[in-house]
Amino acid sequence: MKIKFWGVRGSIPSPGLGTIRYGGNTTCIEIRTDNNEIIILDGGSGIFPLSQSLLKELPVTVNIFNTHSHWDHIHGLPFFIPLYIPGNRVKLYASFDPITGEGPERIINVQMQYNYFPVREAETKTPIEYFTVMPYEPVEVGSAVITPILLNHPVVNHGYRIDCNGKSVFFTGDHEPHNNIYEPGEDGFEEYQTLIELQYQSIVKAVSGVDVLIADSAYTQEEYPLKKGWGHGTFDSSIKLAEDVDTKILYCTHHEPTRSDDALEKVFAEAVARHEIDSSKLDIRLAREGDEINI
Amino acid sequence: MTEISSELTKKLSAAVEKMPGFSKSVQRILEITRDINCKPKELVTVLENDPVMTIKLLRILNSAYYSFPNPISTVHHCVVCLGINTIKNMALSFATVGVLPTHNDAGFDIQNYLMHSLTTAGLARMLCQKYDNGATDPSDCHIAGLLHDFGKVVFAQFMPAEFKEALTLSRENNTSLHIAEEQIIGADHSIVGAMLAEKWQLSKSLSSTIRQHHGEISPQNTMLSCLFVANLISNKLSLGDSGNAVVEEMPPGLVKRFGGNIDEIIANLGDISKVVIEAESYANVNKEVNT
Repeated sequence: MKIKFWGVRGSIPSPGLGTIRYGGNTTCIEIRTDNNEIIILDGGSGIFPLSQSLLKELPVTVNIFNTHSHWDHIHGLPFFIPLYIPGNRVKLYASFDPITGEGPERIINVQMQYNYFPVREAETKTPIEYFTVMPYEPVEVGSAVITPILLNHPVVNHGYRIDCNGKSVFFTGDHEPHNNIYEPGEDGFEEYQTLIELQYQSIVKAVSGVDVLIADSAYTQEEYPLKKGWGHGTFDSSIKLAEDVDTKILYCTHHEPTRSDDALEKVFAEAVARHEIDSSKLDIRLAREGDEINI
Repeated sequence: MTEISSELTKKLSAAVEKMPGFSKSVQRILEITRDINCKPKELVTVLENDPVMTIKLLRILNSAYYSFPNPISTVHHCVVCLGINTIKNMALSFATVGVLPTHNDAGFDIQNYLMHSLTTAGLARMLCQKYDNGATDPSDCHIAGLLHDFGKVVFAQFMPAEFKEALTLSRENNTSLHIAEEQIIGADHSIVGAMLAEKWQLSKSLSSTIRQHHGEISPQNTMLSCLFVANLISNKLSLGDSGNAVVEEMPPGLVKRFGGNIDEIIANLGDISKVVIEAESYANVNKEVNT
């Protein structure tokens, strides 16, 4: 299985000299199975350069798994070039939205309205095939099995575990570890805490033993109190999850758009230094646009 | 007990999906959601005090779109699963449907119904905390209390003429309302409530408790026993009005389990004023009953 990062930035594309090493594109990760099946995690702006790389192997069948519908995970989708060339197949997997009662179609419908984008969905050459994912309901894509895990974000967010030929990777999408909505001593605190702990255990169980964990690490622990409830994790929460699921490699991603490469390396190094990590058991890395690994 | 047709269940289910919430909770949700920093626990409290909103949330969370391995049975659990912001926006979408009218053609007082449901919920929770050994979650008893008479509000909204007749029969003949409903409508509120809960795949313990709350009560079944006693206390102390002219008798098995008759249980339960005051704050019983 090959994993390649095409976008590692959170919130908004952030090109510029300050982000040139880690990249400014928003979330997009390409997974290639050993049988060369194409799985794409999220359609942030990184999907545009990814789609250019596919032109040499058309026609293609691509399976795009969307973690959630916030802009930085979908705004590259209308620019996905295979949509405009006949003969390809594009499958989009995403969550049901309980507010609108709509499924993955909405992600495209909303963006490709004539006043926001010059081409309507009906005018593309490759009709998108839509599939609604459900928590813990595995989806087979060729030789791979993708399992959606419901995580915590201001909109429904599924992390995805991909298993293929004995190898596995889990991507959180955007995720903030659950917080208790009550203060200690208040009615409801203990009951809520029990639910949170059960939820965490079910996440850990589902992610357990993955070879690679790619986790939302937007904030430092110092920044977090001001960002509580915004739906993102910290370097420290990702390291904790990595240890709890016993993964071998952790990639920290969803880099803050205002953080320069130098600042990113600095806060990352400080966070890693806070933990006593046996680097032979857990290798912690910063996700970087263009990086590719084989597992 | 008579069942109702699946066609009628389908029709009622579709109708409930469009049913508005109660006035106080709608008003509170519109207020709370204007504030980007609103406290999640405030929102949860509002949702937990509205049977319509609670049932809508549980219906969606237990729908085939999520198919969680285990049923989602409380508002807290909904929040942990989908996150507070999604629940907040769901609450807002429920609130924008409008407000359940105070008056309906059945003449069923929905604010008094709400008062009865909320006090039954609070008392069922208290009873579970006091008399159970921790095997049953008090929150499950709370939900059972909140939703046990949901079938009545469905009747009042969607079968008002028949329900009015049943209310009158109960009152004039001093007959239990569920018996009157069965005579007039062909099924009582516990059957309708349970069939909706089953259709929406709510937890089996909840739907069976709703179904059974006027049937035979097994003292070993904590959720059902606590609901039965809470319902009885609420009726006996006239905390709201469930429309039932008859205060049921305590089965001997329950007298044994709770260590006394209903008056002794009330005495042993301690101060219930917190439950009553909180229920009043949502039910508006003193302010706008039949105004």
